[in-house]
Order: sequence, then structure tokens, then C-alpha cells
Amino acid sequence: MKSGCLLLPLMVMCLLFGCNQQDDYCFEEGQAHTPEVGDTIIMGTIADASNLLPMLSTDSASSQVAGQVYNGLVRYDKDLNFEGDLAQSWEVSPDGLEIVFHLRHGVKWHDGVPFTSADVLFTYKLLVDPDTPTAYSERYKQVSQALAPDPYTFIVRYKKPLASALISWGMAIHPEHLLAGKDIAQSPLARAPIGTGPYRFVEWLPGEKIVLERNPDYFEGAPYIKRIVYRIIPDMTTMFLELQSGGLDQMGLSPLQYARQTDSPAFRRRFNRYRYPAFAYTYLGYNLKRPLFQDKRVRQAMSYAINKQELVDGVLMGLGQPANGPYKPDSWPYNANVNSYPYSPQKAKQLLSAAGWVDADGDDVRDKNGRPFEFTIVTNQGNDQRIKSAEIIQRRFQQVGIKVKIRVIEWASLLKEFIHPGNFDATLMGWTIPIDPDGYNVWHSSKTGPGQLNFVGYKNKRVDELLERGRRIMDQDERKKMYDEFQQILADEQPYTFLFVPDALPVVAKRFHGVEEAPSGIMHNFIRWYVPVNEQKYQR
Amino acid sequence: MLFFLTKRLLMMIPLLLGITLISFVVIHLAPGEPTDLQTELNPDAGVELKTRLRAQYGLDKPLAVQYGLWVKRLVKLDFGTSFSQDHRPVWDKIIERLPITVLINVLSVTLIMVVAIPIGILSATRRNSSFDRWTTVLVFIGFATPSFWLALLLMDYLGVYLGWFPVSGIKSLGFDYLTTGQQVWDVVHHLLLPVMVSAFGGLAGFSRYMRSNMLEVIQQDYILTARAKGLSEWAVIGRHALRNALLPIITILGLSVPGLIGGSVIFESIFAIPGMGKLFYDGVMMRDYPLIMGILVIGAVLTLVGNLLADLGYAVADPRIRNG
Repeated sequence: MKSGCLLLPLMVMCLLFGCNQQDDYCFEEGQAHTPEVGDTIIMGTIADASNLLPMLSTDSASSQVAGQVYNGLVRYDKDLNFEGDLAQSWEVSPDGLEIVFHLRHGVKWHDGVPFTSADVLFTYKLLVDPDTPTAYSERYKQVSQALAPDPYTFIVRYKKPLASALISWGMAIHPEHLLAGKDIAQSPLARAPIGTGPYRFVEWLPGEKIVLERNPDYFEGAPYIKRIVYRIIPDMTTMFLELQSGGLDQMGLSPLQYARQTDSPAFRRRFNRYRYPAFAYTYLGYNLKRPLFQDKRVRQAMSYAINKQELVDGVLMGLGQPANGPYKPDSWPYNANVNSYPYSPQKAKQLLSAAGWVDADGDDVRDKNGRPFEFTIVTNQGNDQRIKSAEIIQRRFQQVGIKVKIRVIEWASLLKEFIHPGNFDATLMGWTIPIDPDGYNVWHSSKTGPGQLNFVGYKNKRVDELLERGRRIMDQDERKKMYDEFQQILADEQPYTFLFVPDALPVVAKRFHGVEEAPSGIMHNFIRWYVPVNEQKYQR
Repeated sequence: MLFFLTKRLLMMIPLLLGITLISFVVIHLAPGEPTDLQTELNPDAGVELKTRLRAQYGLDKPLAVQYGLWVKRLVKLDFGTSFSQDHRPVWDKIIERLPITVLINVLSVTLIMVVAIPIGILSATRRNSSFDRWTTVLVFIGFATPSFWLALLLMDYLGVYLGWFPVSGIKSLGFDYLTTGQQVWDVVHHLLLPVMVSAFGGLAGFSRYMRSNMLEVIQQDYILTARAKGLSEWAVIGRHALRNALLPIITILGLSVPGLIGGSVIFESIFAIPGMGKLFYDGVMMRDYPLIMGILVIGAVLTLVGNLLADLGYAVADPRIRNG
């Protein structure tokens, strides 16, 4: 379900846990205990799942649960490299136009029916079927031909090479024998899924909890933890109280909870805290169609005027890092050698003066041709970090002679009334960072239309070229060259001021052993987590 | 009486239609659509997908046609299918949330009445005594306290620190393994905090109302007469004054009938109770039109029925209305 939460807005909570992935590497030697089967893990989730047929849902709560029930053909391992899931191996043809997947033998659906390439072909057909209400169809429409020549081989062909083709087959494979010939939107599997994954579905009490039980026949070896209970607790404070009272074993902490409320020996005796960069960044985007922001020097000046470290310290309690571009600082596409715009009000003032913005009338606001430098930052309601960031930025801008107003608007209204019609000056929002670096939809000049994602209206010929080539190259080192240059241009032009990358802050009860932090998060080896017999809390 | 009843029931139909029409138009005026959750800011979603999804939900038709179709289904008591990603029948979604919401509201209203009526009576009969003053202060503190704040404090102290109550939810994890007696206790145990918190805020209104009614009644001539007859104070207050003072309470109770299916989002979120408030809120946030309309219709029907019941109750309780 990695594909499910690649580029949706920051509201998505899956970031806190990383995306769910299982991993089949061996358990490290020399642990004090031998892994034991048993116990239940109770995870807190802020929202109820919507639909447990992965192709029909886009919310993180659903993909979190579905990630334990289903498998894709491939997935990212703990270090974010490709590895086989339902596919044992695969070959990409030298021209990048054909991928041959060799599927695992002996895999069974939870109801005992064998899994074959027919299921994969069926899933593909379902994804591109116009009657399926799925949001994922677009990338599968690039496929020119899909074949299942024998039960354990699946072949896809493309008209043009596509770098993200391989990971698109991380989409959960749906069971043909239960869905064929039926209206998928009305399928009972949406409420009671049957997959191939490490956990089987047990029950779902809407708004209350979802229960999964270990699949003893799982093809990578049965998980140790007997049961997973997802408890739906819509309030972060309650979730934290529930954790302290022992009603939860795992949740994602807010920066405030991490920094101020969990730093006690009493808490550490019972819980392990983890911290790693989340797959997301927050930015201040400038509407480049507005005359105010068309001069590059003005945008650079604003980036210099913002103290990113101050935002990290003030908004994230130091639990994050300044962002310099659209990629995660510890991932392969990231280019560290770009201008990071260290805080410098002097430089900001110089650049603004050079661009012709001076305070002629002595009211502490710069002006040019009689027009004061004044604009409004819009952001969405319900995200405290963004509102606080906007307020801190407002103050910093004031110090260099820029007057800023802040408007906080409900999410849907913000998109419909302001962002999509281009009816805004600047917006403070966030993106999740996809593991695949293709930024075509957000930065290409063809994506500036109404409702499209390049809503700041960024147009650069060289960037277009780099993005077009980058998504067609299969070799990672070659690709990196494209994206390195792309980041350099972005850093120079500053269509966004990239603000910060927050940390994911999960916490897990101490009785769970084998938890390992990695670039992908902590969930990658979940099926190898265990609780020693004498520490097990739930017997049934 | 029968004529009165029929007339009132018939009058409800156009009223109900009017309510639904206005609600329908208003929720469609709000920016955003149910398909947004899947398509907004989703790089994989092209224009073609948006159009296709809109057609699947019937959103491409003119508003009047959409309303017509909706009413046509409603006449057959079909609330339609939710536009959220679960595609479930609206009726199922409402029905599974209803019992817990009604239970909490009934318990809370009962608790309010049990506490507020005696407070009101005592405050009125001992007007300006220290009891009157202290309870006034207390109930207004309750009225002014944000319930989410009080709830969090109680959860932290009674739930986490002392460990007396479960922090949130309505059942324990091992609920299915408990005996029936234990199950009942488990639910009661979980509901104690939420019911107490929700009742605390409601005390002020009810007890003050009761107090002023009572004050008015005990100044009436017939109370003087009762006292003059030499009745005990207990009989005067309990039998003569109370009955009359309770009359207006019927109206309030009638008006609180629709409130029984409504819940507060904040309250339900804090206690992690899967109730109607959260369902409605999520529905609005997702622009899940059929769900919003379904809940509004039930609410509207209950409001109208509640008013009717109050009127009927009044007629039953007060001979002057019945005969006049």
C-alpha cells in the first residue's frame, strides 16, 4: 500500500508510522530472548478506515490496515530499495519497456485458494476498468499490454519506459475468485478483506476498532504477535492518555508530547520512543502569476528573511530539520549542495532594495511605484503547525519591511476558492514526499491548469526537460543527475521557500522486542516483532 | 383530538420537504465535493478520472434533478448509498451509531433531571439561603466549564493517575470473553465519566429553569390557600407547587427529543465514542451528501415529532389546554 500514500497532502497521518511494509530479513542474533508467539498489539489510529479494498481507498487509516492484509508484487525494503513481495524476482528489459515478474509458488489467499498470476491480471483489469471508482487508474493506463502466460509469470509492457513502473506494482493484489464478475463498489470484501498478507481480518466495529489475527501460513513465515487491534481514537490528547493508562501499545507522538511529556524515566521504563525524518515537507509557495512575486530576487529575499531553524525549534520543538528542496534529506535523490538560504535579514534587505522595493514613505513597509509590499498567506484550518509557522514568518517579514496577513480557511474551501482558481498570493502547505523522485505533476509547466498541482504556476524550460527525462530513465545514478540539477534550479529560483521536514515520532510499548528503526520507518519488520512469554500482557 | 392529531401530522409533510430542500441546497453550496478526497492534490488523478467519478455519484446532473432523485428514494424510505469511500448504505451507517448515542443522551438527560429538579426546588424554597447561593455558583461553573477540558482533566486524574476508570472507548478489549453481568458493568464503567461530564454542563439551565418556575408558582394564591388549610410544607411543595412547576419542563423535554440522536463531535472525539456527532462531522467534512441529508431528515422528523409530543403532553397534563 506504499502507493496509496505517496503524494497526498500532509493531513495524512500515515507519515507517523512510515508506510507499512514487511520485510523478510532474518532476525539478528544475540538477543536475550528467543522470539515467542503470542500477545496483542493495540495501535492507536486517529481516523477509522473507510474501505479495506485498497484500490478503492485513499486514506492512510485504510492503507495501514490493508498493508497487513494484502501484498503487492514488489515493495520497498527498510532502506527504500526494491524487493520482491508476491514476486520472487523480476526482470526489466534493457529498453525499460517490459517487466517480467516471477511469482512465488505456494502462496494462498486467507480462504485457502491458491494465489496465481490470474489474480494479478485481474487486479490490473480492475484498476483500468472505467466502472471501478479508483483513484489509482492513471498510472496503469500507461501499460500497453499485460499477460499471464502461466500461473507464476506476469508480464507487463509499456509504450514508453517509465521509471515509476516497477513500484506501481506495489499495489495490493486483489483476489479474483471473490471479486470477478461482481460490482466491486458493493463487495463485502470492503468490510471484511481477504488477502495474502501476514494478518487475517477478524472484525471491524465501525468507529471503534479493527481486529486482525496472525496468518500462520504466511509465506514469509508466520508473524509472532498474535493479534493487532487498531483502536480508533480521534483525539490526540486522549490517545496519549490512553497510552499512559496502558490501553494502547503504539501511537505517533506530536512534537510537544515527545519533547515535554514523555521525557521522564517513568515513561521510558514502559515505552521506547523512535525518531526519524517523516516523508513530508512544509513549504511557503508563491503565486508566480502575481506581479509581486515574479522577480526572482524578491523570492530569494523572502527565503533569506525566514529563519528555518527558528521554525523547527518553535513549531516542531526541534524535532525536524530545515528543508532545502522537495526530497527527504536522507534519501538518494536529495542534493545537499544547493543554496540553503541561511537566515540573513541583511541579504534579504539588499535583494529587496536591488529589486526596487524601498521604504519611500517611511511607514516601515517597502513600496515600489507607490504600491506597498503587502500580501496574504493562506493556509488550511486544523493544522496548528502551519498556522504557527505562518505567524512566525509574518513577524520575520515585518522586520524586512514586508507586510503579511494570514488567512486560515477550511480545507475544501481553501482548495476550491483559493488554490485552484489561483486566487491567492502565497500559501503555506505541505506535501508528502514520494519515494520515487518523479516530480512531474507538481513542477512541470503543463500542470499549471486549474485543479492541477503546479498551482503556483512555476514554468521553467530546463526543469520541464529534466523532469521529462528523469521519469523515463531506469538507471538510478543517471536519474540522480537529472534530479540534482532540478533541485539546483529550484533552489536558485525559489518558487517555494522550502521550510522544514518534520520527524516521525512513534512510540511502542517496551515489551515489544525486535523493533528496528530504518529509513523506511519502524514497521518494515513488524512480523518479526515479538513479546517474551513472561512479558506477554494479553493471553487470549 | 384525533382531528387535531391528523392535522398536525399532515402539516409536517410540507414542513419536512421545506427543511430538506433548504438543507439540500445549502450543503451543495458549500465548496468541495465528495470526490475531492480521492482526487484533490492527488498526482495520479487526471481530469478524466474526476469527470468519471462525478458521473458515478450522479453529481453531473443539475441540482434540481439530484434533489428530485433523492426525494424519490426517500419516499421509499431509502436513504441511498454513502458517497464516502466505503459505499455503504446510509441507513446502516446511521443505525450502527444510534444506540450508543441515544443511550448516552438518555442517561445524561435522566441524570440532569434527577439532580437539577431537586436543586431547583430547594433553591426556590430556600431562596437566598447559602444552599441557594452555593448551588447557583456550582451550576454556573458547570455551565461555563468547557466540557472537553473537564473531560481531559478527569481522564488524566481518575483514569491515568488513579486508574479508577477506563480513559476512553465504550468496551474493554476482552469484552467478548466476559459474562453478561460483567459486560453490563464494563459498559457502565466506561460510560460513567462521559455521562457525568456531559450532564455537568447541562445542570445549570435545567436547575435555574426549575427554580424560577417554582418561585413563580409558590407565590400563587392557591399555594397560599394550601398553606392556609394547614397542609404540611411537604404536601404544599410536593403535591401542589411541584406539579404546576413541572409543566414547562414538558416543553423542554419535547424539544430535547431531536437532541437524543445528536452528539457533540468534540465530546465523542475525546472519549473515542463512535457516535452520531462524529459521523455527521466526518460526513460534512467529506461532503458526503446522502449521509448528511439522512441525518438531517431524521433530526428534522424528530424535532417535529418532539414538538408534537410536547403539545400533546401539555394537553394531557393541563386541563386548561385540553379543554380550551
